[in-house]
Amino acid sequence: MRGEEEAKGMIVAVASGKGGTGKTTIAVNLAVMLSAEGEDVTYADCDVEAPNGHIFLKPRLAEKIPIFLTAPHVDPDKCTGCGRCGEICRFSAIVCIKKKVLTFLELCHACGGCARVCPEGAIVEEPRQIGIVEMGELGGLGFVHGKLNIGEPLAPKIIEEVKKRIGGSWAILDAPPGAACPVIETIKGADHVLLVSEPTPFGLSDLEIAYEVTRKLGIACSLVINRADVGDDRLKRFAESRGVPVVLEIPDDRRIAECYSRGEMVVDALPEYRGRFVAMFERIAGAQACPKR
Amino acid sequence: MPEEVVVISGKGGTGKTSVVAAFATLAKDKVLTDCDVDAADLHLILQPRIVHRERFTGGKKARVRPDLCAACGKCEEICRFGAVSMTGPGNDGVKKTYAVDPISCEGCGVCVHFCPADAIAFEDSVDGEWFVSETRCGPMVHAKLGIAQGNSGKLVSIVRDRAREIAEREGHGLILSDGSPGIGCPVIASLTGASLALAVTEPTLSGLHDLRRVADLARHFRIPVAVVINKHDLNGDMTIEIERWAEGFGAEVLGRIRYDQVVTRAQLAGKSVVEYGDGAVSKELAGVWERVQDVLSRG
Repeated sequence: MRGEEEAKGMIVAVASGKGGTGKTTIAVNLAVMLSAEGEDVTYADCDVEAPNGHIFLKPRLAEKIPIFLTAPHVDPDKCTGCGRCGEICRFSAIVCIKKKVLTFLELCHACGGCARVCPEGAIVEEPRQIGIVEMGELGGLGFVHGKLNIGEPLAPKIIEEVKKRIGGSWAILDAPPGAACPVIETIKGADHVLLVSEPTPFGLSDLEIAYEVTRKLGIACSLVINRADVGDDRLKRFAESRGVPVVLEIPDDRRIAECYSRGEMVVDALPEYRGRFVAMFERIAGAQACPKR
Repeated sequence: MPEEVVVISGKGGTGKTSVVAAFATLAKDKVLTDCDVDAADLHLILQPRIVHRERFTGGKKARVRPDLCAACGKCEEICRFGAVSMTGPGNDGVKKTYAVDPISCEGCGVCVHFCPADAIAFEDSVDGEWFVSETRCGPMVHAKLGIAQGNSGKLVSIVRDRAREIAEREGHGLILSDGSPGIGCPVIASLTGASLALAVTEPTLSGLHDLRRVADLARHFRIPVAVVINKHDLNGDMTIEIERWAEGFGAEVLGRIRYDQVVTRAQLAGKSVVEYGDGAVSKELAGVWERVQDVLSRG
């Protein structure tokens, strides 16, 4: 992804646990401000099930890349119905019943086991498109996102392909909500996780889970408290107790919600917030020595 | 056969759990589920008392036995998920052995099968826990996915299956399910076989973008879709655009809920909005619930 020589530059993943806390708002506005400060930044939307970053950034899209998994195709002339394929498959994507092989392609994780184990060489892994990755830019800010095809269950492969296409020094990864496989795939390998939450019971509960994920993956994190005046102080106290620095607090400003609803960038519609994003980034970079890669 | 209403959204943070909690208070005779297994919140309002809990094993993980590994590298060569590397301790025969990263391990078992030294153990992975509980609103089935664990879709399926068993055994006519955001594996697992997908959306470009995707997903699985527009007064134009889309798509809009801080205050008090007070939002939610029941009775 980047050369060994580069000493500066970070991959920052923006995650939350709870949906709707402001990950995309923070990620797109941070990316734009960093780029405006002269840094070489890529914004990567890793919420491939429901990507929204493009709504705000409105990038000039230049490339559209189909993404494939593979799935088993069985040659009926070679198949003897021995059932070894069904035995090795852990995902019920290929089953052998009464010497007949059935495949359920969407369940296939493309592990290659069935094709390897077939004694007759009757199984070929055929590519199957599960989504796309699109790349573009906006005034020097690099953009990449992915879209999982409707009905496909497996987001991580698309996320992996989005992350492969990050260029430049800095990457802002916009993570999906939750704490399951897609979030893990997004966050792993990042230098820093910027957690975004709100001071409500749901916000705190899900933030605790997201925090545990960063612990398990061994990645430093900091916290943005959005809608900071709506709830109570338990979120802040949790952050303090874990030594997680709070790098930005945003009030429950209805104007932000309204400009968000129209697909507008906060830093454009409400320029008084611009400085806050730059200051936040300085705090993140300061809270963490940039590792030599 | 109980009916099942699954509340989804596409976009996160539109108000699914707040709406489900309100319905839980209004509905009679139902089983509740929280299918948002990696970031569950419904329990924060319903304060369940757990009566049964079970460990969830979603699959297996490979683990190289460093005492047996001959460091031939076959496992790393055939792993499709980048989970194997030469980072294990040495043994009598070799300076370093191979090791599997359990977070990246997909549990496919291919390395286990093909290891020439039979040195790889394939062990049940404890991916979380599921619970059957009692609440002031009736029985609830919920779960907690382990940190950085996979197989969330399977855990969702278990939660729904247990709820169905309880509904059938105890004669409840309805299952009310709090879904998760997105359109991937856990959402698919929560939608299949449902009677109605109720999409809670918000009047934002992001909300409509993601609503379209989740509605297409529900249709892909032949589940009827209805919509409720939450925080509708944040953007009147977008609310109208959503209603126009819904008409074209063939989804009934069952109501609009206004933005009101009472929703947060109720959450802070550990109550559903409807329990907390009987203001405008509570009335709007009650109206939506009436219409959900109409839709279900029409079949």
